[in-house]
Amino acid sequence: MTMTAKLGMAIARRLGASCVSLIFVVVAVFFITSALPGDVAQSLLGQAATSDSVAALRHSLRLDQPVILRFASWAGGLLRGDFGVSLVSHQSVMSMVHERLIHSLLLAGITTLFAVPMALALGTLSAIFRNTIFDRAVSLLTLCVVSVPEFLVATLAVLVFAVQLHLLPALASISDIHSIGSFLAAFSMPVATLGCVIVGQMARMTRAVMVNVLSSSWVEMAVLKGVSPTAIILRHVLPNVIAPLFNVMALSLSYLLGGVVIVESVFHYPGIASLMVDSVASRDIPLVQTCALIFCAAYLLLTTLADIVALFSTQERTRA
Amino acid sequence: MTRQNPTSPPPLISVQNLCLTGRRGTGPETPIVSNVSFDVAEGEMLALIGESGSGKTSIALALTGYARAGCRIAQGELRVAGHDVRTMNASELRSFRGKTIAYIAQNAGAAFNPALPLMEQVIEPALAHHILPRKEAVEHAIALFEMMALPTPHTIGARYPHECSGGQLQRIMAAMALITEPEVVIFDEPTTALDVTTQIEVLEAFRVAMRQCGFTGVYVTHDLAIVAQMADRAVVLKNGNVQEEGTTRQILSKPAQPYTQQLVAASQPHLRNHDSPPLSAPLLDIKNLVVGYGPPMANGRPTHTIVDNVSLPVCAGETLGIIGESGCGKSTLIRAMAGIQPWADGSMMFDGQPLPARIEERTPQQRQHMQLVAQNADLVLNPAMTVEATLRRVLTFYNEDASDAAIKRVLDMVRLPQALAGRYPPQLSGGQKQRVNLARALAARPRLVLCDEITAALDTVVAAAILDLMMELKRELGLSWLFVTHDLHALRSVCDHVAVLYAGHCVEFSTAAALNVPPHHPYTRKLENSVPEMQPGWLDGVIQHNGLRQSGAERAPATGCSYMPRCPVAVAECAQAPPHTWQAPSGAHIACHLHAQDLS
Repeated sequence: MTMTAKLGMAIARRLGASCVSLIFVVVAVFFITSALPGDVAQSLLGQAATSDSVAALRHSLRLDQPVILRFASWAGGLLRGDFGVSLVSHQSVMSMVHERLIHSLLLAGITTLFAVPMALALGTLSAIFRNTIFDRAVSLLTLCVVSVPEFLVATLAVLVFAVQLHLLPALASISDIHSIGSFLAAFSMPVATLGCVIVGQMARMTRAVMVNVLSSSWVEMAVLKGVSPTAIILRHVLPNVIAPLFNVMALSLSYLLGGVVIVESVFHYPGIASLMVDSVASRDIPLVQTCALIFCAAYLLLTTLADIVALFSTQERTRA
Repeated sequence: MTRQNPTSPPPLISVQNLCLTGRRGTGPETPIVSNVSFDVAEGEMLALIGESGSGKTSIALALTGYARAGCRIAQGELRVAGHDVRTMNASELRSFRGKTIAYIAQNAGAAFNPALPLMEQVIEPALAHHILPRKEAVEHAIALFEMMALPTPHTIGARYPHECSGGQLQRIMAAMALITEPEVVIFDEPTTALDVTTQIEVLEAFRVAMRQCGFTGVYVTHDLAIVAQMADRAVVLKNGNVQEEGTTRQILSKPAQPYTQQLVAASQPHLRNHDSPPLSAPLLDIKNLVVGYGPPMANGRPTHTIVDNVSLPVCAGETLGIIGESGCGKSTLIRAMAGIQPWADGSMMFDGQPLPARIEERTPQQRQHMQLVAQNADLVLNPAMTVEATLRRVLTFYNEDASDAAIKRVLDMVRLPQALAGRYPPQLSGGQKQRVNLARALAARPRLVLCDEITAALDTVVAAAILDLMMELKRELGLSWLFVTHDLHALRSVCDHVAVLYAGHCVEFSTAAALNVPPHHPYTRKLENSVPEMQPGWLDGVIQHNGLRQSGAERAPATGCSYMPRCPVAVAECAQAPPHTWQAPSGAHIACHLHAQDLS
């Protein structure tokens, strides 16, 4: 079998595994959300509703059907690209999610752009200068940042920069971004909060990966050949760390998904996570399900991507 | 210490009062090397001889101005080819390393970047120092590959490190060192990790390179026989101090210092096994054993057969030695005997009873009577358990007397003082750890002890002591030993019977004494001829006799003799059918198509 065919097989197998996981996720999301306590009909009609009107509403929302039937029609809808209709606003879930998703991706994208290079640089530098003051300072700092939960970071940031210093707005309103200044004002606190944990975590893992490679005998050999430090990092070390670093990145970025829920709520950022929090509060199950599905799919996408990069980066060497 | 007389040219390498220190973590700085001085004249090869921990590699690295993490050059003068190594800054050092002084590392498998093709790495020093443009560097590299007798010199550079054998990698690394035509080349135990048959190919290639390129060299090794072949002069080191310095001939034939004498004595092959037991029924009888890995194929054989149709008897009270190169299946065979690796076909009888393949199915007695001693005591002994606890665990496991007196008795057996009982393995020396490893097996009161390369990781003097101990125990306790090794001297020294394994087949089975009497299987002969001798000039004689050999890349024929691709005397018949076994007048059983008169 040729190399390319082998690689193709390996990627196909990995994608297949992801699809199986996705099916499992679809099933799990539906049954877990249907097992949630609370009833949308009850919460829509309020305390004063009679049991008859609740029952009528439940019937019109098809909540009185067996779970299996509801799952079949929901999963069938998913296959056609139909994510259902919000129980509360009666809009299509797709249209509600669409804009919010773009906002969230924007927030995540900016955070990634800022966090990934910083984490890689910090991790690599502390691996190169390991056991120096710099390394210890970075290690202590990242440990602190990783251990403090985002909601505390976010709240403290609001307290200091918005309430005390009046430097930044407490809420991230992205509707009125006209200039670089207003863009920075809206995004700096949410991005910094989200970035804190990711940078800390990713920098520590990057350091571990790099230390492992830098202490190998072929790096020593390159030093003894008179190769410059830059060439050692770029030519020798980089090809060997791509696969583990992508894994580190995928794991850290998937952590973004959790962090975004808290950050969006604290800063009232109109993203998908705050939509999900609101929909849980109003028992708007189709919306909750779609949001949960998006989060899980994003996680799956990141890890699958990291694995495929790893397959590509080692394919040349495994041709034997 | 030799001093240059005023008329001779100044030495190319001059080391004066060198002190190296190291620290572990944040601990105190301790000396690694103290007050070492030596000179190397231009075109000369100096050997740094010493055991592990003698500081020989640290000195070699210091010549390039390099110290490993935690170590530092504390004091002294280092002059190499007109450079004062200690006063150079980082960028001066960079243009000095790889250009003026080149380094050949011990383990070529680890010293090549796994993600880059070999050619990229070989020409890198020439490109980094702007010595040759890329195209010419590649041509020069190919010429060096040819000189090193590498197979397919034009295309081998496109391979990745894992696609080459250890011996090939070591020669490619030498080509990498020589590509800049450096004035000084450092060889840091370049053949220690190789099999003898591969080692000699690499040594021959080095020898040719030395003659053709004319560099000054420093050869770091613990093996005196290699020193005899490669070096003009030698410095003997112990614990970071120079013990003795002189010409190779003088050090090997008239060592002055007690340590050097001890080292030379331990390297001389001598017979330890003086009383062979009378022939008795086999204690362990292996019949037609097939062991392999992977799921069984349609014909019932495993996907990868490692041990193929091997029959061996281990008689009571005797030592059976198994020798062969890495990958020949000797470890797999011993694991099958120990019950860790179940066999696919064949049978074993232990003391007249059939022995089940899996350790779970063996009786407690069978398990007790057969004990395995693994190669690396560091990996076997639990670092969190004291010596005493380790031994007590074995005694209680087999319902033996586990009193302090019993533990003292076991420690006595391996000649360890009782004071060590409370120590943890990391607090012991390499030799002590191997003795504890042996004691752990002996505590079970075994009848057969399976030893898997137990001296391979030890220094010469320590290994010699372990072999002495084995023989004493054999006499005192009447134990049977199975001794797996790749060291022909050790094998001769302790064994009653010897089996030579090649590619999973037993190609020769004879008494140890018959090893000295021809005829032999061609592979046995090759093994014997590959072991370097202590007398200088031996290697040059071998090269003259054989010419430079290329290690074969051919595959063994599907049916037929597996040794055929490497066999110098193969005939057409060898490719067609597997060889049958016949008995030579010496009593040796040889599996070969050729007959006694052809092989003598």
